[in-house]
Amino acid sequence: MHIVICIKQVPDSAQIRVHPVTNTIMRQGVPTIINPYDLFALEEALKLRDAHGGEVTVLTMGPPMAEDALRKALTYGADRAVLLTDRYFAGSDTLATSFALSQAIAKIGETFGTPDIVFTGKQTIDGDTAQVGPGIAKRLDLLQLTYVAKIASIDLNTREITVERRSEGGTQTLMSKLPCLITMLEGTNEIRRGSLDDALRAARSRIVKWSAADAGIEDLTKCGLRGSPTVVKRVFAPAARAEKAEQIETTEKTPRDLADELIAGIFSRQPALEDELAFDGDA
Amino acid sequence: MLNTKQGTPPPAAGRAGMKKELPEHFKDYRHVWVFIELERGQVHPVSFELLGEGRKLADKLGVELAGVVLGPAGEATLYAVAEAFAYGADLAYLVEAPLLEDYRNEPFTKAMTDLVTTYKPEILLLGATTLGRDLAGSVATTLLTGLTADCTELDVDAEGSLAATRPTFGGSLLCTIYTLNCRPQMATVRPRVMAMPQRVNKPIGRVIQHDVPMIEEEIVTKALGFLSDGQSSTANLAYADVVVAGGLGLGAAENLKLVKNLARAIGAEYGCSRPLVQKGWMPADRQIGQTGKTIRPKLYIAAGISGAIQHRVGVGGADLIVAINTDRNAPIFDFAHLGVVTDAIRFLPSLTEVFTHRLSPHSRDKLAN
Repeated sequence: MHIVICIKQVPDSAQIRVHPVTNTIMRQGVPTIINPYDLFALEEALKLRDAHGGEVTVLTMGPPMAEDALRKALTYGADRAVLLTDRYFAGSDTLATSFALSQAIAKIGETFGTPDIVFTGKQTIDGDTAQVGPGIAKRLDLLQLTYVAKIASIDLNTREITVERRSEGGTQTLMSKLPCLITMLEGTNEIRRGSLDDALRAARSRIVKWSAADAGIEDLTKCGLRGSPTVVKRVFAPAARAEKAEQIETTEKTPRDLADELIAGIFSRQPALEDELAFDGDA
Repeated sequence: MLNTKQGTPPPAAGRAGMKKELPEHFKDYRHVWVFIELERGQVHPVSFELLGEGRKLADKLGVELAGVVLGPAGEATLYAVAEAFAYGADLAYLVEAPLLEDYRNEPFTKAMTDLVTTYKPEILLLGATTLGRDLAGSVATTLLTGLTADCTELDVDAEGSLAATRPTFGGSLLCTIYTLNCRPQMATVRPRVMAMPQRVNKPIGRVIQHDVPMIEEEIVTKALGFLSDGQSSTANLAYADVVVAGGLGLGAAENLKLVKNLARAIGAEYGCSRPLVQKGWMPADRQIGQTGKTIRPKLYIAAGISGAIQHRVGVGGADLIVAINTDRNAPIFDFAHLGVVTDAIRFLPSLTEVFTHRLSPHSRDKLAN
C-alpha cells in the first residue's frame, strides 16, 4: 500500500508576536514546527503501513527551508520525502495550493506508485482554513473523508475502507473505496518517537526536490498569485478595547466576601441573569 | 501548503492593488445565497446567523437573499425552508432526494455546484462547521472560485465586491480578502461569530425546486451509521448562555473539577484554553478560542486563563467577561469587563458556594420575605 501524506511547516503560532508599531508579524526567532494536526495524520499513515506493508511518502510545498520539516517526518519513520519548491508557488491561496499539491501527488503516483490513500491534517494552525485537503481530493477526483477520528477497517482486496468521522452532533460511520483522501482529527493517535534506525536513515536520506516543471506542472497560471482567486487587500491589528477590566479590590477580603462582591457585580451588569441561573441551576 | 495566502500575506508587490475586472460571463451572477445546514433533520443555528448577515449584504447590493436547502423530501426540508424565510430569506432553492439523507460529500457537492451554475449567485455563504467546511472546499474547487474561511466580518465595498475579513496568525492580525475575477464569492463563518437575527413571524417566500442528477448507485461512499453525542454534549458549548473555563493557572488537571463544580452549580457549560487540550487535561471539543469553539454567552468566567490573542478571538462576543487571574498584567484583563486578581484555585470553591447559596430557592424565598 502506498500512502502519501501532505504536511506543512508552520511558525509556532504560540510564539508569534506582532510588531506594535508596524502591525507586521515578527518572524525573527520564531521556531517552525510541523503543523501539529499533520502529525496525527502522519502517525495514522505509519500505523497503516506497519500493519499492511507498503510505503509512506511525505510531501510538502514551501520554501527550501521546509526541508527541515520533511527530515523530521523521516525521523518519525516516513520512507520518502518530496519537497515541492518553486518561486512560482509564492502567494498561493488554498485553490492554487491544492492545484500544485495535486499535480505533485500525481507525479509521485507516476514515479513511485499510485497512492491508495492521501492524508492531510484537518487544518493548519496558521491558515486554519481546512480547505486544502478537500481541494486536493476534488482536483484528483478522490473520494473525500474529512474530520476522521478513526479508521475502523481497510480491506485491500475489496478496496473498501470504513471510517468514523466527527460531525457537529456525533460520529458518522462511512464506508468508502480506495483510493481516497482523509483529513485526520487531533488527539486520535499517540505520536511515536521514531527509532534510532529511522533517525540514522533520515540523516542519510536524500530529499526529492521538485520545481514546478519537475512536478509536471505546465500551466503556471494556475499557480501562485496568478492562480489564486482570493487576494489579501488589507492586513490590520484587531481594535483594542477602550477600557480595561474593572478590578475588584482584593486586599484584606476573605474569598467569601470577594465572591459576594463579584457576584453582585455580575448581576448588577446582567440583572436578568440572576433569575435565569436560579431556574437553570440544579438548585 | 506553505505560502497559502490565508495564512501568509502575499508580498507587497502582490495583486492587492489590482483592479477588479470581472469576465463577461460572470457579470450576470446575482443574489446572495446562504446554505441552510440540515443534518439529521435539524437546522444548524449558524444558518440563521448567516441569514442575518446575508440579509445585510443583499440589502446593500439591492439583490435578493436565498436559502439553499438540500435534503430528503419530508418535514425537515419544509421546516428548513420555512425557517429560512422566517430569518429573512426572500426565496429558497430546494433540492430533495433520498440520497441527500445523511451528509456525504459526493451528492451534496453535485447538488450545490449544479444549483450555482444554473442560478448564478454572486455570494455564497456556508457555516464553518464540519459539514460546511467539507462541502465548501469541494464546491469552490469544482467551480474554481475563491473561498475565504472562518470570516469574522462580511461587507460589500463601493464597487459591490465582497470584503471578507478573517483572523490570521491565530488571531494576531485580521486580513480582508477579496475574490477577484471569479464567481460566486464564497465564504464560511463559524457558529456564534455573527449575532442571531430577529425571527419574523411572516415567513413567506418563493420556492424554486431543482433536481440532483444522480442516483444512489453512482455514489461510492455509504453512510453506515450515526452515533449521537446526546443532549449534555459539548455541542451545547457554543450556544450556552453561561460558560466557565479554566486555563493553565489551575496548575493541575485535578483542579479542573473546580471549574466543573462551578459550572454545575450555575447551570453553565465548561471549557478550557488551548494549552489544557495540548496537555491532555480536557478533550479538544471543549477548547475555546481561534482553533477551538467560538462562544457568545451572556456570562463568561475565565479562571486562570491569561488571555492570549487566540483565546480572545473565541470569546470576544460574550456580553460579560469575568476574569480571575493571579497576574494583574495578564492580557485577559485588557478585554474582560470585570477582573479579580486572585488565585483561581483558592477562589473558585468560595465563588461556587456563594453562587449556590444566592441562587437556591430557599435563600431567594428568604430574600423575598
